[in-house]
Amino acid sequence: MTTTTDKTHEVVTPKARRKKLPTEVSILIVLIGIAVLFEILGWIVRGDSFLMNPQRLLIMILQMSIIGIIAIGVTQIIITGGIDLSSGSVLALTAMVTASLAQSSDYMRAVYPALTDLPWLIPLAAGMLVGALCGLVNGALISFAVIPPFIATLGMMVSARGLARAYTDGQPVSMLTEQFTWIGSGANPVIIFLAVAVLFHIALKHTRYGKYTYAIGANPQAARVSGINVRRHLVLVYTIGGLLAGLAGVVASARAGTGQAGMGLMYELDAIAAAVIGGTSLAGGVGRITGTVIGALILGVMLSGFTFLGVDAYYQDIVKGAIIVAAVITDQYRQRKRNKTA
Amino acid sequence: MTTNNTQRPAADTSPRYLLEVVDARKTFPGVVALDNVQLRIRPGTVHALMGENGAGKSTLMKIIAGIYIPDQGEVRLHGRPLTLNGPLDALEAGIAMIHQELNLMPYMTIAENIWIRREPLNAFGLVDHQRMHEMTSSLFRRLGIDMDPDMEVRHLTVAGRQMIEIAKAVSYESDVLIMDEPTSALTDREVEHLFRIINDLRSQGKGIIYITHKMDEVFEISDDISVFRDGQFIHSAPASELSSDEIIKLMVGREVTQMFPKQEVPIGDVMLSVRNLGLEGVFEDVSFDVRGGEILGIAGLVGSGRTNVAETLFGVTPATAGSIALDGRETVISSPHQAMLRGLALLTEDRKETGLFLGLSVLENMQMAVLRDGYTKGPFVEQHRLDHQCDEMTELLRVKTPSLEERIGNLSGGNQQKVLIGRWLMTKPRILILDEPTRGIDVGAKAEIHKLITKLAGEGVAVIMISSELPEVLGMSDRIMVMHEGRVTGFLDRDEANQVSIMELASSPAASA
Repeated sequence: MTTTTDKTHEVVTPKARRKKLPTEVSILIVLIGIAVLFEILGWIVRGDSFLMNPQRLLIMILQMSIIGIIAIGVTQIIITGGIDLSSGSVLALTAMVTASLAQSSDYMRAVYPALTDLPWLIPLAAGMLVGALCGLVNGALISFAVIPPFIATLGMMVSARGLARAYTDGQPVSMLTEQFTWIGSGANPVIIFLAVAVLFHIALKHTRYGKYTYAIGANPQAARVSGINVRRHLVLVYTIGGLLAGLAGVVASARAGTGQAGMGLMYELDAIAAAVIGGTSLAGGVGRITGTVIGALILGVMLSGFTFLGVDAYYQDIVKGAIIVAAVITDQYRQRKRNKTA
Repeated sequence: MTTNNTQRPAADTSPRYLLEVVDARKTFPGVVALDNVQLRIRPGTVHALMGENGAGKSTLMKIIAGIYIPDQGEVRLHGRPLTLNGPLDALEAGIAMIHQELNLMPYMTIAENIWIRREPLNAFGLVDHQRMHEMTSSLFRRLGIDMDPDMEVRHLTVAGRQMIEIAKAVSYESDVLIMDEPTSALTDREVEHLFRIINDLRSQGKGIIYITHKMDEVFEISDDISVFRDGQFIHSAPASELSSDEIIKLMVGREVTQMFPKQEVPIGDVMLSVRNLGLEGVFEDVSFDVRGGEILGIAGLVGSGRTNVAETLFGVTPATAGSIALDGRETVISSPHQAMLRGLALLTEDRKETGLFLGLSVLENMQMAVLRDGYTKGPFVEQHRLDHQCDEMTELLRVKTPSLEERIGNLSGGNQQKVLIGRWLMTKPRILILDEPTRGIDVGAKAEIHKLITKLAGEGVAVIMISSELPEVLGMSDRIMVMHEGRVTGFLDRDEANQVSIMELASSPAASA
């Protein structure tokens, strides 16, 4: 009667380590599949190669790098179990502020005639600061006013867009200095995007900041009881998200050579889509920067491929919507599979 | 001729048993939760299920209620096999379950909660609230419940909600009613009321499956008793043929005294001293000391404030009154982070809610509390050193996992608990608070955890252990503090404590405090 044999458990040594195929590989396969599909369709429809055109590929990546920068900030926010709807509007606001501090003295109707021909670092820093401030407000509302992230960032989305319009009464801010527009010239946006991606890949994987981000997404209560200051950390995560949206605003205005209040419209949704397609779970606790980069590339290939095939923009949106939904269905399916084994 | 083959004799269709479970088996990854389990319920009886936490009672009930589908075996109702693909199938077949955790919708009225999915409709196909009110009133009259059917459920106490759950289950007019620890939140008077309802149902020929840990209840209400242990069916007999000692022996599978490896260790100085601690509206005037090497047990019923005291000590819900002193120096603990800096650790009561990061790996779960001093360089985590530490901890605690990278959700409850204990041991606490350290885990892991607690006390750690299992509290503690409704009702020394003395203090607002 006294025996308590552990026949209910299979005994396995803790030393044995097993690696599973990461989610990124499957997303990468999807990316390659879509690219190949466009290549085949290209030969059938246009009699031309889709991929063998470096110019087109560069433009494609350029188009995606601004959304990609936002998507990295959004990814870490989604990992905490939150969401950021404000990034597109914050981009517009920062683009306006940045552009107003980057105007050339040749221009007679500058927003701040006294502040023209400033070195490029000043508009860059100002843009990132404005973005960070927006993120700080988001984070403070979520952490201390205890508002759901969806609502807090929805408010910021509407207000920041309004602020961007009010800043110059809706007038575009143009004639920017050459040293500032250099930030957005050539392949520079791509380099900035990749640098940000590498930085945050490391931060999420190897720093306390990253570990806490995952922990809060996986179980905020357990995170708190483990001694993590959940509120403070969330404020930090949203502030950094805003900062990256600000950086995207700087790059966008530098590349366009102008700041306009209508910039970045719906970018927040593309950024969320890139994260979700890349395997970041809206339930929190799961997601990787590599996945988000591939997710952004998938969106880019779609956009570029449809344009190449001459498909109408309306149909492009229909397909994009379907892909986002498909990605979330996949996420739900993965979650169910996870829960089944739990 | 063919009619003879297809129509069976009538005698077979009037079975002796209302409900039968035959050879049920259910496994979860890594754990056999039930194996070769039998259960037979006679009509018009109350059948008590006894067993320690993790014995498989809840799993069996979930199979009968259609929540789990068994890997093997079958459930028979009135002698006919049932195929249950969900709780709805069970309800429709005539099996209703009152869950341990309450499943009511707080912002809907009592009547809406009871008749959900079965709302009476008027001629326009809209919900007929008038009739629903009347149906609820007549149900309440029958059960002797005095509540307003139009009140929103959120205004009710836990006991009130429990009564609504019971009324809801009865309203299905089911033949079989499953009650999973229905009295855990009820006062004596409410328990009496519940027993009147149960007696009434019994006289109508229904079968009631009654899960409880309270021995006196078993003998008061049940006709038959079945005992389970480690997912196995052990014994079944009429209540009149069993004594409580025999039941305990069957449940535990050995003499109770052998269970707890309590060792006498030298008791050191007072490490934690709590005076008049209070949390507004939850508990008040809690005072006690804990010494190094001492294990202080805290006993009390669910809702007595035990867990709240632990959470307040650890800064989860900072105190609103009283003082806490560590090593004689008064201190303020306003967050878990501060508590950890002061050498405290808290293993929380609810593993899933406040302990585990279910989606993350064993490694991440174990190291989460030490991603600070000693294991970081600037912002970077020193993963190699942590890997090594976690490896050692896994071996020390004998955690059974394929690797540290395994998702913690794939481990059994006992191993999950060991990982969480490891999380706190890695912080090298001086004061360790354990809230239900062995809830829902198998006997083997339980014994290992008990051994570990004793070992830690031997190393001079001050241990506070909260447990609902009286044998555990009695077996492990040097002293026992008993709580009732947010107040300390008494302290018992190891040699004067027994189940009776604890239960007396736990169930009465005694003046002995």
